[in-house]
Amino acid sequence: MRRGPLLVTFLSGFAVAALFFIPNYRAQTFNNKLLEWTLVVYAFALILGSISLWTNHARKVRNRSEGWAFSAVTLISLVAITVLGIWKGVGEDTPVGRIYSTVNSPLASTMFALLAFVIASAAFRAFRARSVEATLLLATAIVMMVGRVSIGPLISPHLPAMTEWLLDVPNLAAKRAIAIGVGLGAVSTALKIILGIERSYLGRS
Amino acid sequence: MSFVRKLLAIDRRIIFLLVGLGVVLPLLHPLNLPVTVTPRVQAAYDAIDALPPGSKILLSMDYEPDIMAELMPMSMAVLRHCFRKHVRVIAMTLYPAGTGLGERALTLAAKAEGATRNKDYAWLGYKSGFQVVMIGIGENLRGIYPVDFYGTPLDSIPILRHVNSYRQMAMVVNLSGSSATDYWIQFAQGRFHAPLVVGCTAVMATDYYPYLSSKQILGLIGGMKGAAEYERLLDVIGDARRGMDAQSLVHLIVVALVITGNAALFWSRRSEGTGP
Repeated sequence: MRRGPLLVTFLSGFAVAALFFIPNYRAQTFNNKLLEWTLVVYAFALILGSISLWTNHARKVRNRSEGWAFSAVTLISLVAITVLGIWKGVGEDTPVGRIYSTVNSPLASTMFALLAFVIASAAFRAFRARSVEATLLLATAIVMMVGRVSIGPLISPHLPAMTEWLLDVPNLAAKRAIAIGVGLGAVSTALKIILGIERSYLGRS
Repeated sequence: MSFVRKLLAIDRRIIFLLVGLGVVLPLLHPLNLPVTVTPRVQAAYDAIDALPPGSKILLSMDYEPDIMAELMPMSMAVLRHCFRKHVRVIAMTLYPAGTGLGERALTLAAKAEGATRNKDYAWLGYKSGFQVVMIGIGENLRGIYPVDFYGTPLDSIPILRHVNSYRQMAMVVNLSGSSATDYWIQFAQGRFHAPLVVGCTAVMATDYYPYLSSKQILGLIGGMKGAAEYERLLDVIGDARRGMDAQSLVHLIVVALVITGNAALFWSRRSEGTGP
């Protein structure tokens, strides 16, 4: 049963990788066709995701599981936004646009903004100079936090230069090493998937 | 309980209050702290500034409301710069919840600089699939976006006539808070050799320094600080410059908290005879 998906994965992966290096008109036309198919697959993934969301939350509401009221809100929102979007459009001056600007946008921003409070509290309790490495990290963090904001040069004119050095020398060296490692890891994982060695994407047997 | 012990067990609500004051007070009473321009933002500004009037750029605003505090002012600054220079902007997003923000940024910047939709800019809206969209634009823009966000066929939009791939675009500008930037570097720049300028959140900025030094990206605008620097180069006072006062004060509060916490721990251990 699993030979089909494995074969499709192998052929698609091999074809896309090979077509990248073939500067032939027909090969590139075929490559474009493959890309268009991918867009269709994405659209189906969106439909599948919506069905899965509906099934899971509807089950919670039906069984009155813990937090079922939140699931009910999710389902009502899903239906309301979909219907309004299809009926009235999704531009700035539509009901969907107004809901987006007055509900979605402030809520998402607020959730993210709470991080500042949590980080300040966590930094006070957990950011301790317990070892040489932790002290180095602490000192670097303080230089970066003060040197990278507008008030830094007013505290010391040397702070911006120090932050620039930290970013351009130790940071750049470490980032390059990580990028090379990640690149090699990505190639190896891709090969494992194309060759059928890595099969976790097929789900449990 | 000693003072030091009390300090270590301080109620977190006091910390929250301090941070809250640090954010609110500078917004109510601006400190107008100076903003120094870093070479990375200057490079981004210069790259866009050097474009001849009438040239077209692709601007991808790949973010959602959670990080709009950093990237919305950046979008506004870049858009206002383009409109001032009469550089035409073809805007899009790779995030479904980014359409509202992108449209708002375009509308506000166009209003501020007197730009007109479909003449000075086009709004293509959202399309799913990072890599596929980026490669697709390189091959055939109309295959990915047959119509714009409002359902108008691309051939009916004046600035999009004769534009069908990166070859007809002078530059790609990506403002993102996710891995979308990596893909823009790999595909738009790496595969199609489109000149690329990147704007991202402050926490992501260091990830792209190697690409800047290898000249794969022409400039880098990092976080609200980068947006504030861009605003300064444009000589406008926008949300980023106003926000930098609050960010400066909050950073100072966090640094003061960290130093206080460590000093209190040090004295506490010393008085108990367990410290160094």
